[in-house]
Amino acid sequence: MAIPQEDYLGITDYKVVGTRPVRHDGADKVTGRAIYGTDLNLPDMLHASVLRSPHAHARIKSIDTSKAEALEGVRAVVTGQDLALNAEEQLADLGEEVVRVKDMCAAVLAREKVLYQGYPVAAVAATNVHIAEEALDLIEVEYEVLPHVLDVREAMKDDAPLVHEDQRTNSMGERSENFSNVASHFRTELGDIEQGFAESDVVVEREFLTDMVHQGYIEPQNATVLWNADDVVTIWCSNQGAFGVRDQTARILGIPVSQIKVVPLEIGGGFGGKIKAYLEPIAALLSRKTGHPVKMIMTRTEVLQATGPTSGSWIRVKMGATNDGKLVAAESELVYEAGAFSGSPVGAGARNMLAPYVIPHVLVDGYDVVNNKPSSSAYRAPGTTNAAFAVETVVDELAEKLGVDPLEFRLSNSAKEGTRRADGPVNKRIGHEECVRAAVSSDHYQTALNGKYRGRGVASGFWGNGGGVSSAAASVNDDGTINLVEGSTDIGGTRTSVAMQMAEVLGISEQQIRPQVGDTDSIGYTGVTGGSRTTFATGWAAYKCAQDIKEQMMARAAILWEISEDDVEFDQAVFRSKSDPSKSITFKDLAAKLDSTGGPVMGRATAKPTGVGGAYAVAIVDVEVDPDTGKVDILRASIFQDAGKAIYPPYVEGQMQGGVAQAIGWALNEEYVYDEDGILRNSSLLDYRMPTCLDLPMIDAHIVEVPNPGHPYGVRGVGEVPIVPPTAAVANAIYDAIGLRLTELPMSPPRVLSAWWDKNGGNGSA
Amino acid sequence: MPEVWIPSLMRKLTDGQDKVVVSGNTLREVIENLDAQFPGIKDRVVYEDYRIAPGLAVAIDGVVTEEGLRTQIPPDSEVHFVTSIAGG
Repeated sequence: MAIPQEDYLGITDYKVVGTRPVRHDGADKVTGRAIYGTDLNLPDMLHASVLRSPHAHARIKSIDTSKAEALEGVRAVVTGQDLALNAEEQLADLGEEVVRVKDMCAAVLAREKVLYQGYPVAAVAATNVHIAEEALDLIEVEYEVLPHVLDVREAMKDDAPLVHEDQRTNSMGERSENFSNVASHFRTELGDIEQGFAESDVVVEREFLTDMVHQGYIEPQNATVLWNADDVVTIWCSNQGAFGVRDQTARILGIPVSQIKVVPLEIGGGFGGKIKAYLEPIAALLSRKTGHPVKMIMTRTEVLQATGPTSGSWIRVKMGATNDGKLVAAESELVYEAGAFSGSPVGAGARNMLAPYVIPHVLVDGYDVVNNKPSSSAYRAPGTTNAAFAVETVVDELAEKLGVDPLEFRLSNSAKEGTRRADGPVNKRIGHEECVRAAVSSDHYQTALNGKYRGRGVASGFWGNGGGVSSAAASVNDDGTINLVEGSTDIGGTRTSVAMQMAEVLGISEQQIRPQVGDTDSIGYTGVTGGSRTTFATGWAAYKCAQDIKEQMMARAAILWEISEDDVEFDQAVFRSKSDPSKSITFKDLAAKLDSTGGPVMGRATAKPTGVGGAYAVAIVDVEVDPDTGKVDILRASIFQDAGKAIYPPYVEGQMQGGVAQAIGWALNEEYVYDEDGILRNSSLLDYRMPTCLDLPMIDAHIVEVPNPGHPYGVRGVGEVPIVPPTAAVANAIYDAIGLRLTELPMSPPRVLSAWWDKNGGNGSA
Repeated sequence: MPEVWIPSLMRKLTDGQDKVVVSGNTLREVIENLDAQFPGIKDRVVYEDYRIAPGLAVAIDGVVTEEGLRTQIPPDSEVHFVTSIAGG
């Protein structure tokens, strides 16, 4: 199949796209009637809880569940021994990533070893959750505690405790002879890095550290599963992709996908953290054992200890520029902790970190390293916020040394259509320049910031966005409305943004379309709502589905008028005969005549679009630093982002504001705090400090629209890139405020205060 | 003919060449012709003869393909092996 080069239609007079209608899920959400996982209660339902490892690294010598099983009210106990030992070295293609089935099974319930504190060891189903929790205390596990490793650079050493005794380093297809915690190493090289630094008049090199952080979705993981007497397994869950849950569960349990139906419920946030199936396979095993539906809900502590936060990292960046302000060299090493199983987002960090710029000489090495922490998962622009924090701090410092305005420096080195990216390929139509120009001319940047200990920082960022596969099906009702079924879990209101694209094709109001998310038995395969792909790819499917409906309806008009289909045209919800102007009928009126012209009309389409458009963003942040406490207050924050075309602008603005809010939390407070025994010491939202509305100003979201040539309406993904630039913008603002380059996240009060005291002789009296 | 950019960690297989011009109408043909010239390349970039190796992606003229080894390769295009990316 060839890769299309231009799908953009260039429409300038949209009727639906770009408007701000009432969202389809609004009434359910604001009245509390939307059904989430905790709302689901089935007859004879059991409740289950998970026993988790108290150790960071240990071998399981024995598990005795007999006392738990004897407790009144307990219906079943499962351990890793209940999982079929299948597919030792098979790979599972989960749409966006490929994972080892062996690792998937091991991650659900331990068989031989536990690899982090909180690792699932056993699970109990009982008549209520209190009995299930009580039974956990009766399970006797004998551990052989093993040495553990938490620091990612310590984990790379030859003498580090091995998390997996059989893991070798994969260097782009070449395996190392020795076993190692380094799962993979890759290198990107462009030009001649030595020549680049030889040509540089100014060089800046710094090292950066970032801690593991969590996505912080409000709704914990939950799943209810019924393994019915006919061996059909039905799963109700909160996940970013119903088909992904189906496929993972089938692989882990060793049963065909046709045996599983996954019903997606409303989802209270995911941000990449709800792609893996943690509870579904366990609940399925318990349901099979008991014959009852089994419900599981994680506690907040379990969410923090044992789901998939994003990687902490160590990053070194060295960049050089000429005196006339041109970037000429960039060298970087990125070491990302994957947690218990390989698969950190270091590749994304490496590919995206330099994407805003044109740099002729580049050398980037990336390392994916396992350690005794929870296995990392995707988190909004995975891996890229860490890397942008490093690069954008160094870029800022180069601009300062050259005496150039930081946004002008970014503009003069900006990537654009036709320039070569640092990872090799040449850019299609992109919008970094437009974002920088929007930032430069903004009221925020044009308004001076005054006051002691106050500073302003800027930064750029890029995220490549995803494509993937999507499906849509729709039926036309006789009142002219349409029932649309699509397969993407609705996060951020995608039902409406998808329906609006269908409405635009048919010239009808989006309110005439009732969109719903189908289960895995009622709609074609659709990838996860992740990678900022849904409005782009599922929107593509809805667009094609609408075209299908339009063509069928034109044929019906031809039947109605007894003319050739070639004689029918369609525009703005009206069908007309080209040869006889007296013949015309509206979409609604024709819908009422479907029965007499051949029966119902259903449209359907699948999409696997390849014209994904990457997205850029630029952030401006103003801060005030309290030199007595080290606390940093955000005074003002603005984000400028290329959306390609904003289908539903309020959702785009919401994504932009949400991304900035998460980035500010990452910048200033959020971190996983482990003690020397590998125990997570802040596994509650009281101690894991996420920003609240009291910590944030109103975030100004400025949508920039540079159409993506790979979509009929020019859509680019919007969900992820806004989290990329703000951490660096905050760091650069702190430097502007107090003259300190902070290179470790979070820039929490103790760190800021310590740096301030170091600079000012230890007592902070400046 | 398509120009394949060789990742630096694979260049010992291509005698240090960073770009190789090779014939082929599909990605599979390009890789097999490359492997005929430089044995070992295919094992590094293809998994079990049916898909691009996990962790890798292929960009053709700047667009990462999701069509795998069947992707048609336009004449005079640039083919890059890059690390694969999954979103959140």
